Amino acid sequence: MKNKEFKTFSTQLGGVSRRDFMKYCTIMAASMGLPLSAGAKIAEAVVSPKRPPVIWLSAQDCTGCTEALLRSTHPTLEHLILDLISLDYHETLSTPSGHLAEEAKAESIKANKGKFILVVDGSVPLKDGGIYCMVAGRPIVDIIKETAAQAAAVVAIGSCSSWGGIPSADPNPTGASPLSKVVTDKPVVCIPGCPPNPYNFLSTVLYFLTFKKLPDLDDKFRPKFAYGRLIHENCERRPHFDAGRFATEFGDENHRKGYCLYKLGCKGPETYNNCPTILFGDVGSGSWPVGTGHPCFGCSEGGVGFHKPLFSKASLHLVTTPDFYPHVVETQGPSVMGTLGGVAVAAAAAGAAYAAVNSAAKTLEEKEEGKK
Amino acid sequence: MDINRRDFLKVASAGGVLLSGVGSAQAREAKPRIKDAVGMLYDSTVCTGCKACVSACKQYNEMPPSFSSNDKLWDDPLDNDSKTLNLIKLYKNGTAAVKDREKDGHAYIKRQCMHCVDAACTSACPVSALKKNEKTGIVMYNVDACIGCRYCQIACPFNIPKFEWEKTFPQIRKCQLCSHRIEKGGYSACAEFCPTGATIFGKMDDLLEEAKKRLTYKPGEYRKYPVARVDGKEKTERLVTPYVPKVYGELDGGGTQVLYLSGVPFEKLGLPDLGPKSVAQQSETIQHTIYKGMIAPIVVLGGLVYLVHKNTKDK
Amino acid sequence: MTKPFKVLMALALLAGLLVVIRFIQGLASVTNMSDGVPWGIWIAYDVVAGTAIACGGYSMALLVYVFNKGEYHALVRPALLASMFGYSLAGLSIFFDIGRYWHAYNLVLPWYANPNSILFEVALCIGTYVFVLWIEFIPAFLEGLRKYKDGLPKFAQNWDLTGLEKVWNKMVFFFIALGVLLPTMHQSSLGTMVVIAGKKLSPLWQTPFLPLEYLLSAITMGYAIVVFESIYAARGLGRPIERDMLSKLSSVIPWILGAYLVIRFGDLLVRGSIMALFAFNYKSLLFIVENALFLYAFVILLSPANREKMKPLFMSGVAILLAGSLYRFNSYLIALTPGPGWYYFPSFSECIITFGLIAFEIMAYLYIVKKFPVLPKVGHA
Repeated sequence: MKNKEFKTFSTQLGGVSRRDFMKYCTIMAASMGLPLSAGAKIAEAVVSPKRPPVIWLSAQDCTGCTEALLRSTHPTLEHLILDLISLDYHETLSTPSGHLAEEAKAESIKANKGKFILVVDGSVPLKDGGIYCMVAGRPIVDIIKETAAQAAAVVAIGSCSSWGGIPSADPNPTGASPLSKVVTDKPVVCIPGCPPNPYNFLSTVLYFLTFKKLPDLDDKFRPKFAYGRLIHENCERRPHFDAGRFATEFGDENHRKGYCLYKLGCKGPETYNNCPTILFGDVGSGSWPVGTGHPCFGCSEGGVGFHKPLFSKASLHLVTTPDFYPHVVETQGPSVMGTLGGVAVAAAAAGAAYAAVNSAAKTLEEKEEGKK
Repeated sequence: MDINRRDFLKVASAGGVLLSGVGSAQAREAKPRIKDAVGMLYDSTVCTGCKACVSACKQYNEMPPSFSSNDKLWDDPLDNDSKTLNLIKLYKNGTAAVKDREKDGHAYIKRQCMHCVDAACTSACPVSALKKNEKTGIVMYNVDACIGCRYCQIACPFNIPKFEWEKTFPQIRKCQLCSHRIEKGGYSACAEFCPTGATIFGKMDDLLEEAKKRLTYKPGEYRKYPVARVDGKEKTERLVTPYVPKVYGELDGGGTQVLYLSGVPFEKLGLPDLGPKSVAQQSETIQHTIYKGMIAPIVVLGGLVYLVHKNTKDK
Repeated sequence: MTKPFKVLMALALLAGLLVVIRFIQGLASVTNMSDGVPWGIWIAYDVVAGTAIACGGYSMALLVYVFNKGEYHALVRPALLASMFGYSLAGLSIFFDIGRYWHAYNLVLPWYANPNSILFEVALCIGTYVFVLWIEFIPAFLEGLRKYKDGLPKFAQNWDLTGLEKVWNKMVFFFIALGVLLPTMHQSSLGTMVVIAGKKLSPLWQTPFLPLEYLLSAITMGYAIVVFESIYAARGLGRPIERDMLSKLSSVIPWILGAYLVIRFGDLLVRGSIMALFAFNYKSLLFIVENALFLYAFVILLSPANREKMKPLFMSGVAILLAGSLYRFNSYLIALTPGPGWYYFPSFSECIITFGLIAFEIMAYLYIVKKFPVLPKVGHA
């Protein structure tokens, strides 16, 4: 990246220093598990004048994902990314609204056919022809289908578009469905969470810009660098779990000591996400649900969040060894209950045998005496 | 009592022939170590009880967790079992303050199949389901042969073979020294994933040499200990602590292919005090003495046929 | 159907049901056997003690056909029947006990055979011996068929069984010889089986002389069961007791029992293992009980006067059977421990299955003894 390029660039952005800019790109690379040298590549892509446009469609969303993004970064960087990605349509952030916004969107799609990134937040209602979410007079499902057909890549941000989220909770009256049910001809990259950690989304987009391909995805199309591990595997309270130290009631002694929240219903053992590692809001350690003392409820995991009761115990996807050990000699054998029946039968049999032998002996003796 | 003198003498003399056979007992020779046998060396003083070996074994043998607590939260078996082929146990005494000290101390011990040189289980198994691999010396289990009689469990002095009691179609389970990984050029998972070098894999000659060398080290000095493989490049430098002056498994029970070093007496760690003679040797000596070549049974049968025929002829 | 018979039948049926559960759900569902105690009462009683108790046929064959004491001939058939049932049910128990029973035929496949294994020899011996016993029972079976000819289905009524009887008579000596060789082999080898347990078996029982001790005690138990059975069956079925035969037969027992006791204690004293007695734990106690019972029987039967009286005869028979069974229970189960921490007691289902098999055996024995010519003819001297 030439210094001249950067200089023109930097004035546009309220004067971010090249050093800070490189630092941010390096941090972004690290958060994706990429080697630090990738930071330089990311920086190149970011300042490159060829910025693909992004169309952001919202279905049954709550705007939480957008809000999280807005709060995610140093304002300068956020503007940087959003400006650089050329956000051509976003219901909350676009300057125009109504017909003008729709016109702008149509133009952008026409001009950038096959080149733009489609991001969708919110689940898509499919029941009754999709009438439960109408935008610009049309069911959003139709709008999404049309738009996705012409997109280069499709990203589902948030739990709702990734797997259904809160609108899909039982009894799901609107038929709220994940984006992947609507867009079936292309892979739909999912960034679940309610809201998702904004860095997971930003890193994925930057990766795509830099390397022109998607990062490694798991079987649910979630980027592995963020969703490859269970929360349980990186939780700072894990040693308490391994040692059997649990809070059993909110506010009890163990809860105050910061013990494991498994018994209060923490879904960390069955939720894949990187919350304990990168936390939320850039405000320091402990800034995530478990860190504040509330069990994780699995907001990013389909089948867990908004499905399993908040305080019911999680199923353990990975069972590992505890912090304690078996001793060289351990008492092992059947339980007391398991032996009582046998003891009873054995005693009865012994009694019966004794009686039989005794009576036989007696009769024999009598017979002998009788004979004599 | 009035037994026919002649018949009695006949039977007694046959018995005498047999008993004289006992006297000149053709003792079954002790089995020697296989030349290129592989095995492991576990040094309890190097072990930190991290249980990476337990997790690795579970993973690479596709074994499910084994629960001993009601909550079923951890893979916490009390002993090796049909799902736990390798386990770390804790020795604890008094305050357990000092590691590798017998009194008021604690130590770790790794338990898995010892892959004995003269394995009792291979001698006991009536259908050869347990056999020593001729090249590696690993005691291998063949589920297709096994009838589930569990005589191997009775025979093993270390109580290693475990049985799947809860299954409808059960089998015996025990450590196979990751022979499925060795086949592909790898080695035992427990040794590969041990971070400290407490468990190392290698050829028996090299392991014995390494073990004996460690017994010459002086407590308090710093020495390089190999990690993962005895012939590997990775070494770790550590402070030597006192050892019990014996390599367990060199001769015990006829010798094993997993050797042990410890700072605490081996019996305290659950490793039994066996003499140098394997139980397989003792059992087979008796059996071969009586039945070698099936000579005695055939001779006796001959005698019996003769006698019985004579005694039933006129009836 | 008498009340005792009904009880036996209920027991046998319940056992049958539990056996079905065993096969559907696995061994843990009906037994308390574990990795620390892999052999429970199904082996210790059903197989080891049970076959020793079923040594009546063996002991009588020894006496009548090898030592040619024809005067005991009448006692052979009932002994044979009890042996046949005892061994067959031991075989059945083995099928219930082994975990991979569908592979049982591997025992006879030469590429799997391991002649170094004591169990290999015991399994083949017992398997063959069961057939020998069935074959030896053929004449009694054929005579019975003849008696109930009219009750047989039509196609079976005109079978000419005399040909079969002739063949049998020509070949029987070979089977009788086998029927003496095979128990000698496997009853002694049942002792050798626990040698491989090494120090896991208490020194009060572990010895290279195990095969000899097992053999001698098995023969003794064989005579004891004949005495016990004759008296019990006679009393139960209202027949006269074979006094003379029994008193003479019982004079054999002290010799064999004496030899057993000499070897047992001599070995313990010479090797110093007797010191384990002074550990004063449950093993010492069981050792004392086991040998007290043997000694009691030995002393009683030494006196000719006692051998004439039915009660001492009966009690000594019971004592020997108890002592011999306890000896086997001790060496296979109670004094055989993998190490500290393990404990075992058979479960309810485990006991019911064992007792159910015994109940079935008793029912079958009584039925056959009534219908087929097994018991000595009344009036036999």
